[in-house]
Amino acid sequence: MERKEWPLWEIFIRSKNGLDHKHCGSVHATDARMALQVARDVYTRRQEGVSIWAVRAEDIVASDPDAKPELFDPAEDKIYRHPTFYKLPDEVDHM
Amino acid sequence: MGAPAMTQTTPAHLEYVLRLGDAALIHGQRLSEWCGHAPVLEEDLALANMALDFVGQARMLLSHAGTLEGKGRDEDTLAFLRHEGQYRNPTLCEMPNTDFAHTMIKGFLLGSFNLLMWSRLCGSSDKALAAIAAKSLKEARYHAEHTGDWVIRLGDGSEESHRRAQAALDILWPYTNELFAANPTDDAAAAAGVGPAWSELAEAWEAAVLPVLQQATLTVPARTPFQTYGKFGRHSEHLGHLLAVMQHLPRSFPGATW
Repeated sequence: MERKEWPLWEIFIRSKNGLDHKHCGSVHATDARMALQVARDVYTRRQEGVSIWAVRAEDIVASDPDAKPELFDPAEDKIYRHPTFYKLPDEVDHM
Repeated sequence: MGAPAMTQTTPAHLEYVLRLGDAALIHGQRLSEWCGHAPVLEEDLALANMALDFVGQARMLLSHAGTLEGKGRDEDTLAFLRHEGQYRNPTLCEMPNTDFAHTMIKGFLLGSFNLLMWSRLCGSSDKALAAIAAKSLKEARYHAEHTGDWVIRLGDGSEESHRRAQAALDILWPYTNELFAANPTDDAAAAAGVGPAWSELAEAWEAAVLPVLQQATLTVPARTPFQTYGKFGRHSEHLGHLLAVMQHLPRSFPGATW
């Protein structure tokens, strides 16, 4: 049987001002307005957010899981790239 | 609502608030019937959310009505322990869900009305009612938008969705006559500044509803003299069945809590 699924949208929620949007899941919706509405209903029922982004899943370009060795392993031994040698003032949150 | 009763509660004032409370209660109960049955998970949650909004409004309004009445009846007593003829919701609210198109058409017709109603009630002389209106107005904006979008999607959608939306509009449209029928309760409530006579909202309601129906490519039925009287407690055959389900638990287990 032919299945006519609505397009899939990835949903990103910002839990409060100052924080960044975080991926929280996905919804099916026929259009952008509906994606935002149902994302609101599915993911912010318990005051989880102050802002919603919806992105068509098919518009997301993802890295190839099989390419992990060449993409990520080379960073393994480059500890000097971590800025752990700096002292941050306490007022700097969310770093 | 812990607010003390107004110094003078007129029967019309109480009746006016009961109509609002019962409209929210019965519409919310109907929407809740969708829980677990909606066509997709996303809409299942949307419908349940809306149902909870309406039940929440009903709680505040019926609680306030109980205070206005001053006979010790609380929101639960009013919601669950009255008889069919004592409910004051417009008949449209109790109409069966039938299918998704019916539910969305009905939700849109009522939602557009609620939006206007709460806007006006924010300026009510009844401060408790004005506070309820301010909270409910935000919810009503979302209800009107969500259902309005669906009316357009269904009406201007597939052949089947259009047919179902048109069938729903044909059946439900005549029931909107009752929303705007003039009556003494409204006149008295309006004179006291409690809220608008519902008939005052007719023009603005049509201005809000008709463009959406047009965009949905739906044909608006001609107005007929058809009149229903749910606001006066004379209901369709549907309310009794709804109440049987809704009241079953509190009547079987009086005072039950969980």
